[in-house]
Amino acid sequence: MDSLSVPPPVRRIVVDREPTVVDPPAGGNGYAPPPGSLAPVIRRPEPSAGPKVERMRTHEVSVFYGGLEAVKQVTIPVRMGEVLALIGPSGCGKTTLLRTLNRLVELTPTASRGGVISLDGGDVDALEVTDLRRRVSMVFQQPNPFPMSVFDNVAYALRQQGAKRPGKDELMPYVQDALQRAGLWSEVVDKLDHPALRLSGGQQQRLCIARSLAARPEVLLLDEPCSALDPRSTQIIEDLILTLREEVAVVIVTHNMQQALRIADYVGFMFLGELVEYGPAEQVFGHPREQRTREYVSGAFG
Amino acid sequence: MTTASATAPRDSPSKWPLIDRLGLGMAWAAGIMLCLIAGAIVVYMLVKGLQELNVDLLTSHPQPSLDQSKTGGFLDPMIGTLILTVMGTLIAVPLGVATAIWLAEYGRPAGLARAVESGVEMVAGTPSIVLAIFGLLIFQESLFAAFSFTAEGGAVYGRSFLAASAMMSLIALPLVVGATREALQSIPSHIREASYALGKTKAATIRRVLVPAIRPGIATGATLGMGRIAGDTAIVVILLGATLQLQGIDALEPFGTLRGTGSTLTSYVYVNSPAGEGNAPEKAYAAAFVLLAIVIALNFTVDWLARRGKEGSAWTR
Repeated sequence: MDSLSVPPPVRRIVVDREPTVVDPPAGGNGYAPPPGSLAPVIRRPEPSAGPKVERMRTHEVSVFYGGLEAVKQVTIPVRMGEVLALIGPSGCGKTTLLRTLNRLVELTPTASRGGVISLDGGDVDALEVTDLRRRVSMVFQQPNPFPMSVFDNVAYALRQQGAKRPGKDELMPYVQDALQRAGLWSEVVDKLDHPALRLSGGQQQRLCIARSLAARPEVLLLDEPCSALDPRSTQIIEDLILTLREEVAVVIVTHNMQQALRIADYVGFMFLGELVEYGPAEQVFGHPREQRTREYVSGAFG
Repeated sequence: MTTASATAPRDSPSKWPLIDRLGLGMAWAAGIMLCLIAGAIVVYMLVKGLQELNVDLLTSHPQPSLDQSKTGGFLDPMIGTLILTVMGTLIAVPLGVATAIWLAEYGRPAGLARAVESGVEMVAGTPSIVLAIFGLLIFQESLFAAFSFTAEGGAVYGRSFLAASAMMSLIALPLVVGATREALQSIPSHIREASYALGKTKAATIRRVLVPAIRPGIATGATLGMGRIAGDTAIVVILLGATLQLQGIDALEPFGTLRGTGSTLTSYVYVNSPAGEGNAPEKAYAAAFVLLAIVIALNFTVDWLARRGKEGSAWTR
């Protein structure tokens, strides 16, 4: 009876509260993981050796679903040589922001967008949408290979609209290259004619990555690519992402904060449509500037 | 406490309330009765049909004769069933698939989509005898004279394989539309988006991703439609002339045959049954058995196609 009289602890999330900004401690590289933070436990990626080139940038991008503002004036850069992870609770606009980058969000009948998105300096609205999506490719949460052979799945991305259909021999080097970059070649070299849906889940997801890489995109968008996969496949794909960041700009949406910590160079924390905090992963996880970020990365809500 | 589930009494129908036990018993009885009826039809037709069936019946033309031993077999009705089924399906499948794709993938404006939907439903609900009469009205117009035989006075006969196939396709059409549409709707939207995300247009997505994926669904609809066409009598009697033999009109074969009249197994069974004029029930049994065998084979094909379709697309799980 005693336990019934004690109310459970309540932790309120105050959305409109003025953020408490904590200055980073002086000395060193400006960052020292506070005791009890997540950072020391988890393997961090070595920073990329290659050059960091800004590929995309959103400038005060807002997305509305009907009257609901799902993404609120987000400004964020996307650079090659880095993995950018978008973290945050469900329904806070991470996936919507990702789908805005290749204008896939326009398929939703009620959606409308404000703000400017640039790709290599040019406005994406000025591009043919099919061209944009060849340059800004996307991998989905569920592995979704097409119901055709492994080879055709990759070749499908290569065959250009309206152009004369190139033969299998002509496409083979490109297909092989894409599969090699996705780390799948050695596993499917004998199975190129097999239906892609017979592959395992992890292999299917890497095939989807290969398919996205085939047209040599500049930006690769990943929408929770590992959430349907087992830990081993997840690790393979995470390693793959770290390799890929050398040649494409990678943006990954993830629910899994540990995953963001394992692979991200930069992290954007989104909450109720707002980009609350953006910065290097060490800083966002180890030393968040904003109260909401601190509460989220310490597991106070989610 | 962990063994509680093992020692707890299992839920058994003997402990149910009377009304539930009665319900269960009736459900069982209904299921078994249906099996028995289906079994009885097959066994009865098998015994009766096989008694009468012989190679001669299958390979000789039917002849008009008062002497039963000279009335021949049912080669022509078998060919008639074959022609009608193939042609009806050939018309229905492209039309039906196109309709279903438009409904499922475009469907704008919404009012037009609703109108198309109710149109398809209405065709599905129209009795085939009504379709037959309607077809006769249409094909007796001089505009469609090329589809059938024209008498010397200029009157268009209106009955031919072409006319009957056109109306038969309407019987198969709703089944093709339904199966194709269902197959399209079972494809998750992220499959389409995956194709758009590779920079593909909607048309390319439909042609290269969706249509290959719904092939089992199309095949299921087509096979169901074939079963319905093979089994229909009203359109054959009214719109095919139900003549004993294939009566092509003297033009280039095989187009002459298509413009001419004929019969199918269904009309042959009708004519030769005790209810008809031929009064050769033994031949009716044999023909009915062949028809039943064709339809059952088609149904098994549907099952097989549907099963194959399920394992073919794992992402529809």
